[in-house]
Amino acid sequence: MQVDIHAPYKDRVQQALGDPNLRVAVSKATDRMSNARRASMDAIEGQQLRSQVRKMKEHVLSNWPDYLEQLESNLTRNGCTVHWAEGVEDAQAIVKDVALQNSANLVVKSKSMATEEIHLNHALEEAGLRVVETDLGEYIIQLADEPPSHIVAPVIHKRLEEIAEVFQDKLDMPPTREPTKMTSLARAKLRQEFFAAGMGVSGCNFAIAETGTICIVTNEGNGRMVSSMPRVYVVVMGIEKLVPTVEDAYLQLQALCRSATGQQLTVYCSMTSGPRQEGDVDGPEQVHVVLLDNGRSRMLARGYGEALLCIRCGACLNACPVYQEIGGHAYGGTYNGPIGAVTSPALAPEIAQFKELPHATSLCGACREACPVKIDLPRLLLDLRSDLVQQGASPKPEAWGIKSYASLMSSRRMYENLGKMASIGSNLYAGMSGGNIKLLPPPLNGWTAYRDFAPFAPKSFRDWWRDRKKLRRQA
Amino acid sequence: MHKATFEQRPKRVALFVTCMVDMLYPGVGIAACELLEKNDIEVIFPEEQTCCGQPAFNAGYRDEARKLARRFLSIFGPLVESGEVDAIVSPSGSCVTMTSHFFEAIFEESQETELSHQAERLASVTFELTEFLVDVLGLVSTGAQLQGKATYHPCCHLYRELGVDEQPRKLLDGVEGLEVVDLPHGDDCCGFGGLFAIKNSGISAAMGRAKARYAEQSGADAIALCDVSCMTHINGILSREGVSCRAHHIAEILNNHLGSTLRPPSQPAPAQADHPRRWGE
Repeated sequence: MQVDIHAPYKDRVQQALGDPNLRVAVSKATDRMSNARRASMDAIEGQQLRSQVRKMKEHVLSNWPDYLEQLESNLTRNGCTVHWAEGVEDAQAIVKDVALQNSANLVVKSKSMATEEIHLNHALEEAGLRVVETDLGEYIIQLADEPPSHIVAPVIHKRLEEIAEVFQDKLDMPPTREPTKMTSLARAKLRQEFFAAGMGVSGCNFAIAETGTICIVTNEGNGRMVSSMPRVYVVVMGIEKLVPTVEDAYLQLQALCRSATGQQLTVYCSMTSGPRQEGDVDGPEQVHVVLLDNGRSRMLARGYGEALLCIRCGACLNACPVYQEIGGHAYGGTYNGPIGAVTSPALAPEIAQFKELPHATSLCGACREACPVKIDLPRLLLDLRSDLVQQGASPKPEAWGIKSYASLMSSRRMYENLGKMASIGSNLYAGMSGGNIKLLPPPLNGWTAYRDFAPFAPKSFRDWWRDRKKLRRQA
Repeated sequence: MHKATFEQRPKRVALFVTCMVDMLYPGVGIAACELLEKNDIEVIFPEEQTCCGQPAFNAGYRDEARKLARRFLSIFGPLVESGEVDAIVSPSGSCVTMTSHFFEAIFEESQETELSHQAERLASVTFELTEFLVDVLGLVSTGAQLQGKATYHPCCHLYRELGVDEQPRKLLDGVEGLEVVDLPHGDDCCGFGGLFAIKNSGISAAMGRAKARYAEQSGADAIALCDVSCMTHINGILSREGVSCRAHHIAEILNNHLGSTLRPPSQPAPAQADHPRRWGE
């Protein structure tokens, strides 16, 4: 069953859990990537690298406006055109205008989460342009008309068989299950698109402020094609994706590659410092950089700045046992997994727009352990839960339940009486159902839908303690 | 977090038994108490204690959490500050995380500096049971004997927040006759997560079933762990799924509560699990 990203949260989760193939596909791939990450980080001083990158990114964030200005002035000096976009509409309009002014009817894209955020493909297509995703994974899901379900592995939710079906259906591929045949076909098709495209669009893995350089990393070389072949190259970058110096760029590059795929270095790392200069044999004639806020300053102001340290490696998704069970689409936003559960609500105009996400986690902390920037994701998720309560966005019965619980637990007498009642009640009930409790009334039916519940002890620890004290006194 | 070092061997500790152990699994509390007493530690049980407030904190209700945190500090604080006890010991990694990590944070948030400092001081002398037995008392074995095959599940708060992992494993290795086998994907969360188990019960149970599959794969008769909350969840799943292995709190294993041989649960589980069960069906 397909997960409908526009369905309500509960339906999305149910659809995801109802698809056994999804779990198989996702957990196989995430396990592989997690193991590769661990091996790759263990091969060097991984902990030290994490601390260094964290420190660097923190420094950027505390000097954010300065570095942004530095980047802007160096990009401009290099001959790039810099655009500032506050939200989705601004960003869409900027890219659309650049395309229309240059009569670029065909746009080739390198994989980019920032452009997913602003629904760029949709906007460009509405303006009558043809948009082609050129990362293999993105190409597949574009053919299948689905959004990406993982930050670095967009088609992680599909098995080979399903991908073959998409190719047969959309590209008239003769039936085959051979990945090499399938990729060759995609490669041949994409090659034609690169030649014909009037504009290339990419995101940005990081931009170097001191040199005004845009860096994108790919394993397929499509990023290099997108950034060098078409006449016009447009970069859409989140304003947090900054590093101060070239040395810092190398630091982040290491952390990114090792954490994302376990590689020492991706196959391609393309750096663009402006349009083609006189005497250059290739390169775009125009380079436009769209600096996208889209809630990032709001996120910092709301107290979730730590999540802006994220370098989008996807390691937290791979480590997350919840993500393994439900995949990415169930999160219902651009970003998924633990970082998505923080970023989607924290970026949104209202946190409550994604009120289920901060609760879609057992807070196990595997994400924090994997994060190359050591983002304390469980803590941020807890803070979001608290904000939701403060805003009155939590269910009324839950609020009532927690308040009653806190009152009961504030009195030893009430606590002990409650314990006695629960003991008598649950043992009577369990006796009737033969040992374990199989069914509880709402809201506890969430528990017994899938699990049995052992009844309360007939005699509490404190009863034992008092009895023992009494016996000892008598002795 | 800074942990106190003891110049002299501690003599007396306050047992923070936790509400779940008190009401649902008193055997775990008794085992913890006896393990300490066997090692010449006098145990005090402050009877005023109830719940540390973690459910409220976990659900985002900070004011309610602070209410119970204040109460906890007013009970255990004076015992530590007067020198009546040398430490606070608890058979739960999760509740220790609440009192020794999150208390400080929630009082910092409410700018109750005195309380946040008190929480910090208490945190430095608060220990999870196996942490206390190994790190403070220097135990390598509790002298327990048990025939059978067991595996160990590191509960998330204990493992990732407190960083306690070697201690329980060491004590388990010290149980005579017990074969300790590896749990595949051992450090994956069991899916409990407090309110998560109710709010997102489908996901939580799916995670629990993954844990059950790995437990079955390990071939162990018992899963040892240090939190009864995760134990309740894992056993609820194992029982429903008809898997014969069971989770046991490590204190009961270390204190010989399980008899001489690990046995499958006395209640034979249904051969076919019929989930999900819903109210009103």
